[in-house]
Amino acid sequence: MTELHRAAPRAAGRPARRRGGSGVLRDGWWPVLFVAPLLVGVVVFYLWPIVQTFWFSFTTFGVFGGQTFSGVANYVALVQDPEFYLSLGNTLIYTAIVLLGVPLAVWLAALLNTPGLKFASFYRVLFFLPYIAMPTAVALVWRLMFNGDYGILNWVLSLVGIPGPYWVSTPGFAIVAVSIVGLWSSLGFSMIVLAAGLKAIPPELYEAAELDGASPSRRFRSVTVPLLTPTIFFVVVVTVISSFQLFDLLYAIMGPRNPAMPSSMSLVFYFFQAGFVDNQQGFAASIAIAIFVLIGLVTLLQFRLQRRWVANV
Amino acid sequence: MHRPLNRPITRRALAGIAGAAAAGLLLAACSSGGGAPSGGGGDYSKAPKDLKATITYALWDQTQVKAIQANLAGFKQQYPGITVNVDVTPYDTYFTKLQTEASSNTLPDLFWLNGPNFQLYADNGKVEPITGAIKAGAIDPKNYPSALVDLYTANGVHYGVPKDFDTIGLWYNKALFARAGVDVPTGDWTWDDLTTAANTISSKLKGQGIYGVAAGMDGQTTYYDTIFQAGGSVLSADGKKSEYASDATKKGIVFWRDLIASKGSPSVKQLTDTPADQWFVSGKAAMLIGGDWGRSEIADSPVAKDVQVAPLPKGEQKATVIHGVSNVVAAGSKNTQAAQALQVYLASKEAQQQQGDMGAVIPAFNGTQASFAKSMPGVDLQVFLDEVAYAKPLPVSNNTAAWNALEAKLLPGVFAGTSPVDSTLQQLQDQMDAALAKE
Repeated sequence: MTELHRAAPRAAGRPARRRGGSGVLRDGWWPVLFVAPLLVGVVVFYLWPIVQTFWFSFTTFGVFGGQTFSGVANYVALVQDPEFYLSLGNTLIYTAIVLLGVPLAVWLAALLNTPGLKFASFYRVLFFLPYIAMPTAVALVWRLMFNGDYGILNWVLSLVGIPGPYWVSTPGFAIVAVSIVGLWSSLGFSMIVLAAGLKAIPPELYEAAELDGASPSRRFRSVTVPLLTPTIFFVVVVTVISSFQLFDLLYAIMGPRNPAMPSSMSLVFYFFQAGFVDNQQGFAASIAIAIFVLIGLVTLLQFRLQRRWVANV
Repeated sequence: MHRPLNRPITRRALAGIAGAAAAGLLLAACSSGGGAPSGGGGDYSKAPKDLKATITYALWDQTQVKAIQANLAGFKQQYPGITVNVDVTPYDTYFTKLQTEASSNTLPDLFWLNGPNFQLYADNGKVEPITGAIKAGAIDPKNYPSALVDLYTANGVHYGVPKDFDTIGLWYNKALFARAGVDVPTGDWTWDDLTTAANTISSKLKGQGIYGVAAGMDGQTTYYDTIFQAGGSVLSADGKKSEYASDATKKGIVFWRDLIASKGSPSVKQLTDTPADQWFVSGKAAMLIGGDWGRSEIADSPVAKDVQVAPLPKGEQKATVIHGVSNVVAAGSKNTQAAQALQVYLASKEAQQQQGDMGAVIPAFNGTQASFAKSMPGVDLQVFLDEVAYAKPLPVSNNTAAWNALEAKLLPGVFAGTSPVDSTLQQLQDQMDAALAKE
């Protein structure tokens, strides 16, 4: 993971030297043939849909397909739709809460990295399990636990005298409940990646710090965290991207007919609603493009800001 | 959810990930494909006995699958060469899936359609008319309740006949009434009787977390019934305008708000976390306002031995919503002949009689209903049949889903007491009128 920043310039330098030959086909068609399986997949399943969706976003669909060009009408409707801003706000709330899991994951990964820790693999499996569980199964179990009348969460809260809320049916609060599940299920992935980052930190640094009399917490702050920043950066970028795509968890935990849904929907749910419930595929395409651009912008912004906090080791 | 990435990441690769991630969404958006109305169709010729085909039959109610398999066994005897795959999709996602299939012309050969969605599919030429089968004498619309035959007729063309019909009744739990010392419902009950009984049961059995009455909080099983009982309506007589802001309709809505406010019913949030039928079958609600289709679930539940059913209580008048599902053949099915053979078989007296005998639904074929009434010994299911006398058809229009979505968005707030009644219903009426005007 610490290769993160060195890799890019190296890769970028290579094609320049080759330009002397006859371009892409300098080595004949063979290389193209080898890349083809991957290339075809990317073009057919990623690039072509993006191009199509971009075109669809300027059209209006009939109920069962068949589209007519309608210019920027979809985008005009989009920026005027309060539901767009509401779902954007909910998505940002979700992203913010799920990001709280990153420091937690750093701390847990460091704990699991303690030399001589017994059952370390057992703990690692334990934390990673939620990540490999099927989202729908995870959602259904949480839905039961969140039940306002009979859920285990409110039962535990009632033991200490706190009347629990109706987690997934209270407008404004439901998105927080879903975020908690999002945080919980992303913890495992973040931890495994961070654990790999920790392994890459040379043990000599810890030995030197220890000789200099640094306490364990000081070693964590001054050695572990700074040297882990490239990995943390990666985890943050990936977490933000996946948080912006919140859909399955929200849909399965709350249910589409939940009265709290209109005030709790995420951007992708808004897209789903427009495309598959209201049958406005053209409008839905403009939402998809908006999500695409937003994720691009946020990721770009993170790369701009990384210079301020990511150690360049 | 998060996807693993286990290789060193370059900036370019990351931009790629962002792109790929978003592309996943875009993929979903590109369900295209034209579907020009096919117009005519409806040609029918009786399938030869040895016809070989594999067809898909799509539906949404898992509890009916047993009876349908029994039907299919009978069908198999007539047409040994036709294999039928039953494809069950829960109601919540059934029409989402169906619409996607219709857009890409990959509809199941034979599928369930309901009133609210029928006109949309018929007007866009997505379903095959049954005119040929009627002409050949394979199906006779006169054998089914006319209100439901009309439901599946567009511009004078028949597209299907009802396979069943359903009305709404008041299921109740005798044991809970006895425990609270309240007299059980009768056919003469009024709204006041229901409210008083519900409130009494809720307050007397509060310690056990038991409520008086629960309802699905949707139109068909909840507020359409009370709107009709109050003498109101959802749509104007010509079906072009909403009636939500009218006084009578308002009464039908306020009835539920009051019942929730007085705690005779669980709150909207409680009914979201735990659906009404689950309150009832787990003995946590003494009454359930629900359809006859709840029979299978209720008969298999722990409260089955205490259950009885009464007609819906009277408001200004007696009323219930009536609706029925139809089997329709997809236009452009590759196995039209086999699909039509199954459609005809499922519409037959023999098949519908079997559905009634097994108590799955109230069959629509005239004269086959009696067996349904007897399908739960000791329980007076005849109530659901008697209610037909004053039943009102489920309100539908060309694009019902559009204003159903508005109801689902605005009404829960009214029921919960968080949105003002008058202005919200006016808002609903205005938005509904706009949606209806677009049809």
